[in-house]
Amino acid sequence: MSTVQDSVSQPAAVAAPSKKSMTVGTTATLVVFALLVVSPLFVKNFIIFQMTMVLIYAIAILSLNLLTGGSGQFSLGQSAFYAVGAYTTGILMEHFGVNYALTLPIAGIICFIFGFLFGFPALRLSGVYLALATFALAVAMPQLLKLGVFEHWTGGVQGLVITKPDAPFGLKMSQDMWLYYFTLAISAAIYILAVNLLRSRSGRAMMAIRDNQIAASAMGVDLPLYKTLAFGISAGFTGIAGALGAIVVQFVAPDSFTIQLAIAIFVGMVVGGVGWLPGSLVGAAFIVFVPNVAEHISKGLSGAVFGVFLFAVIFLLPHGARQVAYMAEALLFRKKPK
Amino acid sequence: MELFTNQVLAGIATGAIYACMALAVVMIYQAIDHLNFAQGEMAMFSTFIAWQLMQWGLGFWPAFLLTLAISFAGGIIIERALFKPLTNAPVLVHVAGFIALFAILNSVAGLTWDFTIKQFPSPFGSSGFLGSQLISTHQAGMIGVTLVLLLLLFIFFRYTRIGLAMRAAASLPESARLVGINTSWMIALGWGMASAIGAIAGMLIAPVVFLEPNMMGGILLYGFAAAVLGGLTSPLGAVVGGFLVGVFENLVGTYIPGVGNELKLPIALALIIVVLVIKPSGLFGRAIVQRV
Repeated sequence: MSTVQDSVSQPAAVAAPSKKSMTVGTTATLVVFALLVVSPLFVKNFIIFQMTMVLIYAIAILSLNLLTGGSGQFSLGQSAFYAVGAYTTGILMEHFGVNYALTLPIAGIICFIFGFLFGFPALRLSGVYLALATFALAVAMPQLLKLGVFEHWTGGVQGLVITKPDAPFGLKMSQDMWLYYFTLAISAAIYILAVNLLRSRSGRAMMAIRDNQIAASAMGVDLPLYKTLAFGISAGFTGIAGALGAIVVQFVAPDSFTIQLAIAIFVGMVVGGVGWLPGSLVGAAFIVFVPNVAEHISKGLSGAVFGVFLFAVIFLLPHGARQVAYMAEALLFRKKPK
Repeated sequence: MELFTNQVLAGIATGAIYACMALAVVMIYQAIDHLNFAQGEMAMFSTFIAWQLMQWGLGFWPAFLLTLAISFAGGIIIERALFKPLTNAPVLVHVAGFIALFAILNSVAGLTWDFTIKQFPSPFGSSGFLGSQLISTHQAGMIGVTLVLLLLLFIFFRYTRIGLAMRAAASLPESARLVGINTSWMIALGWGMASAIGAIAGMLIAPVVFLEPNMMGGILLYGFAAAVLGGLTSPLGAVVGGFLVGVFENLVGTYIPGVGNELKLPIALALIIVVLVIKPSGLFGRAIVQRV
């Protein structure tokens, strides 16, 4: 049987938009940014905390979007990278007394390396196999974190409690408010980095891989390099999100990073629109606020709501929030005067 | 030596479950070339249905058979309603669909039957098998059921017209359609069978791991490992892979220090990655070449 070879012709793994439609115009970006800067001044601390979480998940979703929308690879294992970032920060802050802001780049670098190394075998896998390997990583991660050998550092099942940083320079703002602006600055920086990455030579190489691997390699794109690079960058950004998440939540424990988190990030990406970077923010708002509402109605309902929304997006709005935004734009600006 | 035999036998018993899960995974992979990430949750859901039927007063075997019928129908309905429209969609859309199904089933099971752990009866009892200390009747039952299942599937695919039609539809859909096979319904049938096989796995493992919405997470991972090891295109490979993975898991857990229960899932992860990297087609699978 082994000599019989099946030949299969497959469409591209991801139907993603062209390069120009992956972002929004400068005006729209500035308006959204201004809204994000101003809005915390008018709401309660708890809402500020939730908005911070939205920004953090937005970074995580953005990084998955770079990987899937950018280079056409899958990951159901983002929760694992998120966990590594969170634990890096937790351990550095609690065991070594490192300043919280300094732990972010370290978490990013460690996750980049971890992602790069994991991507190395993964680059031999395509499509569904990569989804499988990363799915396995996400399912296995909590057990790895509970491992007795590392218990001294990770705190085992108990996890680590992290001290919340105060606002620096004697600024008169609450800790939540400060962390919000801190997260906002980092998210904005990562967003700009991501947009520029996709516009660069490397970004074009990744998108070429996404659209047609064989054509890309014929054009001289180094497939293994760019595929692992995309994996590493995505993991690195997710790690930074995880690090921020650890600081804001003030707690890391293995059971916060289950497959449910990976699913949430994946749902956020699909809802926000695969390959549309600003959609990450929409997707993040979705995965933070929708479960809140759903859990109010009944415990455990959020999974069902996620699933139903996923199917709704698949069938009705294949491009997620991007499609909604484009329809709105068409309604507002492109209406011809009678 | 007794420890060794003991662990091998116990490994074969749990391997039987992985073999069932792997069979279910392979059934759907054969039909549509995708891995069903919701397979474990489908099995869990079926097991809850069986539990509910027994709560309503049915005996084990009537409940077992009824659950198989319900799962079979359920699998077909899911395929017709949700996945048939996606036939030509990109891989990402399929993965999203499976993840959605995963989330829905997990959540609905939790809502309906609560997240508390439930006892699930074993039809075989738990005394020693034939008076031996090595293996319990339930473990022997699991192995027996899996082997019977494999035999039935072999007969089905080898000697029945519809089994032949399913094989044709899976290997060359275009040509199968030309000779008058309704390939679309063959896929639905594959889903139904996978769902029923998953239900068997769920009902066999439930007495061991207890019944709760998250019971299948780790088992599905081992099912994937078994399917990948045996080759995703071969039902026989899936069963052999299942037994091998079960034995391997137990032996590693026993003889390598530091690897207790707490490392079981990372072992499955490592297995999946090693097999995919070294021999992606598995032990019994066919190599797939992609046409440009």
